[in-house]
Amino acid sequence: MKPFPSIFSGILAVFALSFIVLAMAPSLQLGSLQPYVNEDTGDIYPIDTSGVGAEGAAVYVSQGCVACHTEQVRGAGEGADIQRGWGVRRTVARDYIYDRPVLLGDMRLGPDLANIGARKDPDDPNKYTATWHYLHLYNPRSVVPGSIMPSYRFLFEKRKIVGQVDAEALKLTGDLAPPAGYEIVPTSKARDLVGYLMTLDHSHPLAEAGPNVKITGTAAK
Amino acid sequence: MPDTTSMTAAAPDMSEAEIEWVDRSLIDASMRTPVMFFFATAQTWLIAATLVGFICSIKLHWPGFLGNWSFLTYGRLSPLYTNMLVYGWGMPAGIGASLWMTARLCRVVLRAPWIPIISGIFWNIGVTVGSIAILAGNMQPYNLLEYPRQASVLLFIAYALIAAWGIVMFQNRRPGHIYISLWYFIGAYFWFPWLYASANLMVGSPHIHGVVHAAIAAWYAQGVLGYFFASIGLGTIYYLIPKVIGKPIHSYNLALLGFWSFALFWGLTAMARFTGGPFPVWYSSLSIAALILMLVPVGTVGVNILMTMRNDTHMVYHSPTIRFTMYGILAWIVGMIVTVLGSVREMDPYTHFTFFSVGTFHLLIYAFFTMTMFGAMYYIVPRLVGCEWLSASFIRLHFWGSAYGIGFMVFFLIVAGFVQGGSWNNPDSFKGSMEVIDQVMPFLRGRTLMWIPLGIANLLFFVHFIAMVLRLGQPSGEPTLFAPIEEGDHHP
Repeated sequence: MKPFPSIFSGILAVFALSFIVLAMAPSLQLGSLQPYVNEDTGDIYPIDTSGVGAEGAAVYVSQGCVACHTEQVRGAGEGADIQRGWGVRRTVARDYIYDRPVLLGDMRLGPDLANIGARKDPDDPNKYTATWHYLHLYNPRSVVPGSIMPSYRFLFEKRKIVGQVDAEALKLTGDLAPPAGYEIVPTSKARDLVGYLMTLDHSHPLAEAGPNVKITGTAAK
Repeated sequence: MPDTTSMTAAAPDMSEAEIEWVDRSLIDASMRTPVMFFFATAQTWLIAATLVGFICSIKLHWPGFLGNWSFLTYGRLSPLYTNMLVYGWGMPAGIGASLWMTARLCRVVLRAPWIPIISGIFWNIGVTVGSIAILAGNMQPYNLLEYPRQASVLLFIAYALIAAWGIVMFQNRRPGHIYISLWYFIGAYFWFPWLYASANLMVGSPHIHGVVHAAIAAWYAQGVLGYFFASIGLGTIYYLIPKVIGKPIHSYNLALLGFWSFALFWGLTAMARFTGGPFPVWYSSLSIAALILMLVPVGTVGVNILMTMRNDTHMVYHSPTIRFTMYGILAWIVGMIVTVLGSVREMDPYTHFTFFSVGTFHLLIYAFFTMTMFGAMYYIVPRLVGCEWLSASFIRLHFWGSAYGIGFMVFFLIVAGFVQGGSWNNPDSFKGSMEVIDQVMPFLRGRTLMWIPLGIANLLFFVHFIAMVLRLGQPSGEPTLFAPIEEGDHHP
């Protein structure tokens, strides 16, 4: 073997630079961010809710929702995320300190979901409720005509009605309705997923994100 | 390994050229099984990736298609496709080609060829395990890091062994000048194991919080594109073009400038994926600046290759290898320019979170790298199996199917990206999500159509390759050309 040549040192040095600047620096700068605490008001944000949404986040990951949905809102100068009603402020690193995994996403074939748990449609109070999410997951085109989101029927089960109709049974009509005596109910996976979606809310003010924008009646889509 | 003498105990009456010929034959004999194994598995995954890519593409305008099974949902098939293309096809193709070129350039016989073969088996088990895991929904939500730990460990071990073999060959090289391609290959052998190991260990580590996971995943996805695919692709182009036309590279200093500026700037470009994202702004500013500086290596490589080719452009009419690799180098130049233009802050709202990045990804991974690998296989396989490609018409169809297919697909994706970004950011005209999707829909249908020429081309190449494996090609001697080269041949 020849001695360790300088070509190796050069090759390793340029990569070390990349590693330090884009892998180590974010870890050091952002890896140990703490929640914002206001001692006067007792206000703490974010709160570690990883127990509540964790199961549902795992379903979100395993169904590959991240292939079409982001969970990040850009500021007013960079795209129309806020005008679209996807959030009242940009999201910042501190918003995600308890998220595991972090589901920022890089493709928007559907709307951003960073605040889907807090979203309201002033024209349609039923939209974005848990019931609506179940119908939407079961058959997206029944509530959003023309949607290209796949149906997640396999997260629901058809079962015989025993006694009373289940409180969460989907209210389906027409072709979608199950045969008489049967009901379509969400499985635990669908419940977890919708539970997770309902926790998504990044509207708590944070100093580094700038002031929250007032929502002025336009429907969030 | 003796340094100055030939590998063979040369008979006294052998000429210099004959000794060279014997050496090359010995290298090729030692490389035959591992390289053909990598090429054959790569081709098989390419066929699988083509099929899955086609299904994914259909699902975007026909969401009910194959929609009743969780393992065939778009969210799983889409990462499955990307991973098959990258880890099933791209990396083994690049590994096989670069190992062979490294041996030829270092003029050493591959020792213990069973090590690369075992690595190839490990690698393919890893890709299979990873693919099944994605179908089962057992995946990480990060682009190109979806494979679970069991699969990524296998890939890491396999690659580390191959890289070690490449570096050992380099250390045992015969004395003399280190050709530019070797710089790129040695780079890829050192960079990828570090990149892959640190990304897999850091993403998902409980000691790291929040958005850092996403930053490291982006650093990896961008890193593998440059530090593996661009390195192997550019090294291959630097090897094949001078070889086939029989002329030295235009400027060696320009080549070195290109290599070092590429190696330095590429590693800083990843955070351009997060413009406006939840990170301090300096990260994306730095990466956008680094991307603009990438125009230096792109320009130098482009000038160098085009100047080398300047009196031999007629060779694209004759040599399949030249035609594919010239397509590759042009795609690299166009792909990088488009990537840089799309990443500046003024353009970012039109390109970010859209098909634009799918388009630039395909420009680099398919139009540049895959086409270059096709060119390399047309050159390397006959030297390993001892017969020439069966049919120039097959090669011609393969070229035009691929060239039109990927060219139009990338065009549709990039235009779709601009349309998608433009409509998402114009909430006054396009209020609902469906109005945005309606705008993009014609391009998505066009993309599905383009899978047809691509699929035919890839199937043809697969059949042609199998024929070569079965030694059904033409007898050795003259390479299979599109048209014979005649004295004083200079097409316009």
